[in-house]
Amino acid sequence: MATTGVETASQVARETGKTLSPRKSQLTRGRVRAAWLFLTPMLIVVAMVAGWPLARTIWFSFTDANLSDLGAAQFIGLENYLTYVDGEWYGVLADGEWWNAVWNTLKFSVISVTLETVLGLIVALVLNASFRGRSLVRAAVLIPWAIPTIVSAKMWGWMLHDQFGILNHIMLGIGLISTPLAWTASPDLALTAVILVDVWKTTPFMALLILAALQMLPTDCYEAARVDGIHPVKVFFKVTLPLIKPALMVAVIFRLLDALRIFDLIYVLTSNSKDTMSMSVYARQQLVDFQAVGYGSAASTLLFLTVALCTVLYITFGRVRFDGR
Amino acid sequence: MKNRKPVGLFISMAFGAALAGASIGQAATLAISCGAVGQELEFCKTGAEAWAKKTGNEVKLISTPNSTTERLALYQQLLAAGASDIDVFQIDVIWPGILGSHFIDLKPYANGIEKESFPTIIENNTVDGKLVAMPWFIDAGLLFYRKDLLAKYDAQPPQTWQELTATAKKIQDAERTAGNDKIWGFVWQGRAYEGLTCDALEWVASYNGGTIVDKSGVTINNPQAITAIDTAAGWVKTISPEGVLNYAEEEARGVFQSGNAVFMRNWPYAWSLAQGPDSAIKDKVGVSALPQGGADGRHAATLGGWQLSVSKYSKNPKLAADLVMYLTSPEEQKRRAIEGAYNPTIATLYKDPEILAAVPFFGELYDTFVNAVARPSTVTGAKYNQVSNEFWNAVHSVLSGKATAKDSLAQLESSLKRMSRGGKRW
Repeated sequence: MATTGVETASQVARETGKTLSPRKSQLTRGRVRAAWLFLTPMLIVVAMVAGWPLARTIWFSFTDANLSDLGAAQFIGLENYLTYVDGEWYGVLADGEWWNAVWNTLKFSVISVTLETVLGLIVALVLNASFRGRSLVRAAVLIPWAIPTIVSAKMWGWMLHDQFGILNHIMLGIGLISTPLAWTASPDLALTAVILVDVWKTTPFMALLILAALQMLPTDCYEAARVDGIHPVKVFFKVTLPLIKPALMVAVIFRLLDALRIFDLIYVLTSNSKDTMSMSVYARQQLVDFQAVGYGSAASTLLFLTVALCTVLYITFGRVRFDGR
Repeated sequence: MKNRKPVGLFISMAFGAALAGASIGQAATLAISCGAVGQELEFCKTGAEAWAKKTGNEVKLISTPNSTTERLALYQQLLAAGASDIDVFQIDVIWPGILGSHFIDLKPYANGIEKESFPTIIENNTVDGKLVAMPWFIDAGLLFYRKDLLAKYDAQPPQTWQELTATAKKIQDAERTAGNDKIWGFVWQGRAYEGLTCDALEWVASYNGGTIVDKSGVTINNPQAITAIDTAAGWVKTISPEGVLNYAEEEARGVFQSGNAVFMRNWPYAWSLAQGPDSAIKDKVGVSALPQGGADGRHAATLGGWQLSVSKYSKNPKLAADLVMYLTSPEEQKRRAIEGAYNPTIATLYKDPEILAAVPFFGELYDTFVNAVARPSTVTGAKYNQVSNEFWNAVHSVLSGKATAKDSLAQLESSLKRMSRGGKRW
């Protein structure tokens, strides 16, 4: 277990560093200085592009800021979140549309990430087998992932069009449906269409991460299994899956974080429609369309908290470890 | 002005800006944002280039999203940031109240020429005594129909929505039986965006159901409005494809112009495109006022239209104002009317024989244009966009069958009241 070794070593180093700090060797001090020196630019950039906007958003969420005149913002406490005026509750947390958006986002995230994981696993297993032209297929599979989301969303928008879309044309042609389906307009289908496009786009990403894990697997387990004549399905569930599980869990959390803040795909395909509105679309509508920067920032902050909560829950219950396998 | 050193360049630029501010003779580059619905961009380009040639300046065109809702969002971000990238903005008739504070007063540049335009539009474009935008073209919802199909089945252009429904159904069914299985009766703008507010306001107003909100408060929850919205909801999946719930202007025109619809609700711009050389329905299109809501109703068309404004963050406001005056001049409006069927904002142009020859319905439907119903953007001011959003979402949920008009409009009333403290404080 190489990991444990490394951990202990670093722990020891830390502890000795603590107790022996007055007599830290010049080399160690030099290294620490160099580390900070190298880290500083990155920390400054992170503080500027992530820390500052986040802090500003949280600050705005406690004000009544308006996009047309940000300077006139007044502190109003928690009113954007929840307030009780004249017998009625106001604020993001009292808004049915917000909860609809939360529900849409959760539904979208769970379904799309599940499908992407299963399909990605299958694709990765296929690509892991050696066959002629494998590298070509590997490259080809990545194309959907490489296309910018706006472009692929617009492209799918046309393919899903109810009157001249190719998808309806094909399905009508082979007799799967009798009348054209309004993919992006029908309230029952819109979320399905969004999930469909997201799965198409992101499965390659999952496949790639899982493929990387598959390629690191030791071959001796498989040889032993073959010698013992174990059924391949059983080998998959008893050997492959447990071995790639840590990598799989990390891949899933990447996707989950990404899916929870979905915006571009939904906005291009179905615009501000309530059927598919995600938390990000809701926040943008408040911030930009309604110019309510304070209220929109409250929604953004809640979005941030929701994503953080989901991550914590996932890490706790999934027992994800980031310190290698 | 070929200075190598950045400082020199900066100084010369500063001088250039100062000179351009002082005299119009200095060559400069202006940026104008134009819509790109149909041939809009093309016309904006030819007009702007003619001005550039005349004055020796350069004009850059910036094309913007087709959806007015998205375009407003883009403008709001640009203007809130005080960006000087765009000098001249093409703005919708409902935006002066929302964006007015970012534009300069054009009155000193207009020299009274604004008085030739329809007074209602000038009033609409005046915010706190400032003329923030010059009218460029007006719009009003029209009913486009297939003359050939109506003649084939011996039908008249419908006078009421009931007649439209019946005629559309009859022709659609007969054509489908005859093998034309792609035909639909009626296409319009049903996507949840500003266009649906325009369409739905026409339905409601044609039943004398008011204009959503007026000075007395929120009026939308009334029996006529409920009947109007219910009538429209009845079209979806019968005479209109379900996809109409995600159609904007261009999607509807796509279906109509490829010959797959009997009726279409759209703006006048669709006329010259439908009559274009590559159109499948050239010379088969008729235009009339939109039907009235029942026998006691009225022909209602939502007032649309676009204005040109000069950003107060522009580096060359004088030149930009000159460009605006050129583009909104009677000559340029006449050219756009003849070639692109863009409605002039100047009353006298509606009697111009050349214009009437190119676009006959300008004369026939003059009353429709003059009496068009305005959206409640003046009453609701900066909150208009929110009001409109609530309205189109309420209508959309009825059209898509998720709610009844009765419940949906009652809910709309309560949320609009909530937004405005009882319809009094917008």
